[in-house]
This record gives sequence, structure tokens and C-alpha cells, in this order.
Amino acid sequence: MIEGIFVDGLIFSIMVLGILISFRILDFADLTCDGSVATGAAVATMCIVNGAGVAVGLILAFLSGVLAGMVTAAIHNRLKVPGLLAGILTMTMLYSINLRILGNKANVPLLRKVTIYTSMPETFSFLPSAWAALVGTLIFVLVIKVLIDVFFRTDLGLALGALGGNEQVIISQGMNPSVLKLIGIGLSNGLIALSGGLLAQYQGFADANLGQGMVVQGLAAIMLGEFLFSSNKISLITLRAVFGAIIYKGLMFFGRKYGYLIHITPNDFKLLTGILVIASLLIAQTRSMASSSGARKKAIQRSMANRQAEAEAEAQKASQAVDGQADEPRDTNETIRSPRPDGPSEEAR
Amino acid sequence: MLDIQNVTKVFYPGTVNEKMALDDINLHVDKGDVICVIGSNGSGKSTLFNLISGTYPVTSGTIVLDGKDVTHMPEYKRAMTIGRIFQDPTKGTAANMTIEDNMITALTKGMRGLKISLNAEKREFFREQLELIGLQDRLRDNVGLLSGGQRQALTLLMTVLSHPKMILLDEHTAALDPRNAQTVMDLTERFIASYQLTALTVTHNMKFAIEFGNRLIMMDEGHIILDISGAEKKKLTVDKLVKLFRDIRKKEFVSDEGLLTT
Ligand SMILES: Nc1ncnc2c1ncn2[C@@H]1O[C@H](COP(=O)(O)OP(=O)(O)O)[C@@H](O)[C@H]1O
Ligand SMILES: [Mg+2]
Repeated sequence: MIEGIFVDGLIFSIMVLGILISFRILDFADLTCDGSVATGAAVATMCIVNGAGVAVGLILAFLSGVLAGMVTAAIHNRLKVPGLLAGILTMTMLYSINLRILGNKANVPLLRKVTIYTSMPETFSFLPSAWAALVGTLIFVLVIKVLIDVFFRTDLGLALGALGGNEQVIISQGMNPSVLKLIGIGLSNGLIALSGGLLAQYQGFADANLGQGMVVQGLAAIMLGEFLFSSNKISLITLRAVFGAIIYKGLMFFGRKYGYLIHITPNDFKLLTGILVIASLLIAQTRSMASSSGARKKAIQRSMANRQAEAEAEAQKASQAVDGQADEPRDTNETIRSPRPDGPSEEAR
Repeated sequence: MLDIQNVTKVFYPGTVNEKMALDDINLHVDKGDVICVIGSNGSGKSTLFNLISGTYPVTSGTIVLDGKDVTHMPEYKRAMTIGRIFQDPTKGTAANMTIEDNMITALTKGMRGLKISLNAEKREFFREQLELIGLQDRLRDNVGLLSGGQRQALTLLMTVLSHPKMILLDEHTAALDPRNAQTVMDLTERFIASYQLTALTVTHNMKFAIEFGNRLIMMDEGHIILDISGAEKKKLTVDKLVKLFRDIRKKEFVSDEGLLTT
């Protein structure tokens, strides 16, 4: 059973990586996800049902997601509407398109078809079949994670990162931000759809309602991951997103299994996920507030110390003046020079 | 290098908020010119830069940059020739990325491919360059951790490393404390000389404007009211400049604190 959580979490993690790219790296609040994950599931399922095979199914699922993402980016670029609205438009349109892909059915089963999950026990025949699915999915996810890590080390990948940080930097370097958004949001939704394609095969059916609330679940997973450790390295950022996805699925599993003890049913999960995201945001806010109030305290202490030092210097000067030894010009020189020693250390910080 | 012909910019035309920010401006900039632009707040200096860069479209007129008519060219394409630094130190760098990632992004202009350019050799080069601004040991720190002065110095370094033909500096030291402002300004002077850049610099400091560069332009209410260069500029003093303004505009120079700096 425990393997099931991991397989579920790993499949989900590919989608979380997609959401990571749009929300975190590109800083583009993209809601296409709720539609494109179902598109991926529908495309992969129909390919397999119609005998095109698993590989073709997954590749086409990925490409359909890329296309969906590009539509969102194009709406945003062309009409200058916020990414949020562009994503909602695509997501809504995709709902109809997904039903079309599924042949106007809300649900298409993969009964008695060869899927990636029926063939994994054969590939890893030395393993129990549940573990074979886990090992197969793990390899799949690792390959994707490494590809993403490498991609974001390339010049193009770094440009996408810079776009998310500061669009003006990209414009100033002579790059068209619209093109980068097409690439970035396309890639993001490609991964999300790929995740949908795997999910359909794992659960044995594609469902037009598969994507409902997926973005929020993905964000919850990202935030759970961010609590694990902080880093600015892409390989660790993707790693913690994968961990976050697995932890999220683990939480949901235990919620499903033991939730009845506190009268929680799966119907409550969307509410709980939303609350989880809000709680994460609150905790992150409190943390940054705590660290900035810490910084303020330190700054106040520092300025108090400075003032005290000044007062002491003043007192010293006064006593010198009483001695009648103080010579006016040298004194002023000293007061001008005195703030300097603190200067460089201030900057080093 | 740059030819601005009869350029007019009207914001919110045909509304109650209609505002003529630039009124039939003509300006010719030669290659190698280092020009200081002064003028009171709202005189149209930033608008002029925004039109040259392509941030806003012109209402009418023509802009020729490096021999090409760029009047209708998008901002990102003009940026192939122009390097630009803003007053706000956060605008020139991506805070979410490390110094080395920012620098590799700044090192070239134009669209990127799937090459990994950042290697040991590049890092060594960056380290050498960063010594100029004292950041040589912080290649892997996020830019967001830097102070405003450090960020602006880094922006300046990144801008010159991408080899623009012309740089536009819009009060790029105004948000810094005096000491950092001086450091960044010294660096600016040094880079302009060593990279032989054509530069337009907006400043609020009249004394600085008189000393810096080979040409001085004064703007007021959307007009270029004064254009002094060469030997004539060398003879300028702040008093003369204020007097010139008074004679031309028949009014007192609207002087905020910085403008009186002597
Ligand atoms: N984006 C804008 N929208 C509307 N009005 C603007 C805009 N930018 C500048 N203006 C107006 O144009 C005039 C010139 O502004 P600006 O070029 O910023 O002056 P400066 O940089 O010399 O202080 C001002 O009256 C300002 O209010
Ligand atoms: Mg301005």
C-alpha cells in the first residue's frame, strides 16, 4: 500500500514541477493546469485505446499540454490580459475540448489495454509488481527532474529564470519576453499534461473532471516542499518539489484512511488543501516578518551603540576642551572622519 | 549615433488628463558624445529616454538609432544597441538569481539557445570583473541580498559587459546614499571612458553636470532649452547656468535641493 502513495506522489510530482515552473520560476499565476492535466490524460488514453501505444500516447500528451500552455501565453501576450485570466480562459475552453478528445464521454476506461503500468511488472520482472510500478515511475521522474535541472542551467533556462525575477532585465538584453513566456508556459503545461497521461494509466481511466483543483493541490505540494529546506539551486528546488508532492499525497492517504476518526471525508480534501495553502502562506509571512523585525531590532541596537560611541567621543572631546588643549580644526576633522570606520562593514553586510 | 527628429509625446491624448510631455524635440547625438541632461522634475527627461528606448511609442516624429529608423521598433530590439540603467536599483537585475547567473544572462544580447555558457573560465572572468566593485567572492549569492549601491554597481558592470553602443542613465545614483552614489558615478565615468561609450545621463546635480561629459542639455516643460558643448561647456559655472535658464525662460529655476548643490 505504501508503494501506492509513492507512485501516486511521483506521478503528481511531475505536475508539481510544471506548476513550479509557471508559479515559482516564471512568476506567472497559470491556471491552465486544471485543464491541461485532463487533456494529457485524455490524449494518452485515447492513443492507447486506439492502439497507438504508450510512447506515442505520452509524447502526444506532452505536446498537447505544450500547445495548451502556449495558447494561454499567446492570449496573455497578445491581449495584454493578466496571466490569471488567460489561464482561466484556456482552462475553461479545454473542458469542452477534453470531452471531445474523449469522444463526448466524461470517462474512458483503459480496461485490458497495455499501459505503462501493465508493462512495468514485465520490465522489472525481478520485483513484486507493486514495487515494479514504483521503480519504473521513480526512474521516469528522475529523468524528467534531471532534464529540467539541466534545462534551467542553459542560457535559455536562465533567461526564463530572469524573466520571472524581472521582465525588464530580459527586455534590456534584447530578448522578446513574449517568446520566452510561450516557451516557459508551454513547457510547464507539457509536464502537467504528461503527468495527466501517466495518472490515467495508473488509475486505469481518463476523466474529464480529473483536473479540478489541481493547481491548488500543486501549490500545496510546492509549499510543503519549501518547508523542508531553502536553497537557490535549481536541482534542490526541483528535489524539494518532488518531496513536497509525495508528502502531500501521503497526507491525503492518511486523511482518507484515518480521517473518519475525526469525521473527515474525501469531500473535505479540497477545503483542507486550501487551508493548507493559506496556512503555508501565513507561516511564510510570519517568518519573513519575524526576520525583518529581528533585523530591525539589530539595526536599533547598532544605532544605539553608535550613538553611545558618539556620546562618549563627545564627552572625551568636552573633557579635552576643559583641559584647554583641544585645537579646533583637528577636532572637526575627527568628527568628520569618525563615522567612516563603520562604513565599510555596513556595506560588507 | 542617435537622431531625434520632431518628436512629440502626448500622454492620454483627448482626455482631461492630456499632457504634452515632449514638444517637438530635435536632438542629434554623435558617436562618443557624453551628454548630461538636466531639468526640473516633470520637464520630460525620463520620457525622452523612454521614447529612445521604445518603452512608449512616440506621438509623432522619427527616431533614428545607429543609422536605422527605430521609431516603430519594439523595446527589446532597440535594446540590442542600448544599455539602460534606471533610478531604481532593483530594475537592472533579477533578485531571485545568483550574481553569476545574472552576469551570464547579461553577457550577451539577443535570444538564447540550449547552450550552457556558464563554465569555470566565465566564472574566473566574472570574478576579475567583480573585483572592480568588491563582489568577487559573492558569485553564488542571490542578487536580492545586495545593498542598493552594490546592486546598481553590478547593473552598471552587467550593462557595459553586454557591449551596448549607447547607454542611457536616468538618475541612476539618485536612490543611493552620497558615498555609494560617488562610487557608482566614478565607475560610470571609468566605464564610459574605457568602453568608449556614447552616453546620456540624467542628473540632478548641476555641478556634476558641468564637470561630466562633453555636452550639457537642459530641458524644461518638454523642450530642450539649452545645448552646450565643447569649450563653451568647460567655461560653465552653476551661477551661469541658473542665469542662462532665467534669461531663456523668463522665470526662476525650480530648484529642488539637488539642483542647488554647488
Ligand atoms: N507614463 C506616463 N503617463 C502619463 N503621464 C506621464 C507618464 N510619464 C510621464 N508623464 C508626464 O510627463 C511629464 C514629464 O515626465 P518625466 O519625463 O517623467 O519628467 P522628468 O523625468 O524630467 O522628471 C510629467 O508631467 C509627467 O507627469
Ligand atoms: Mg525622471
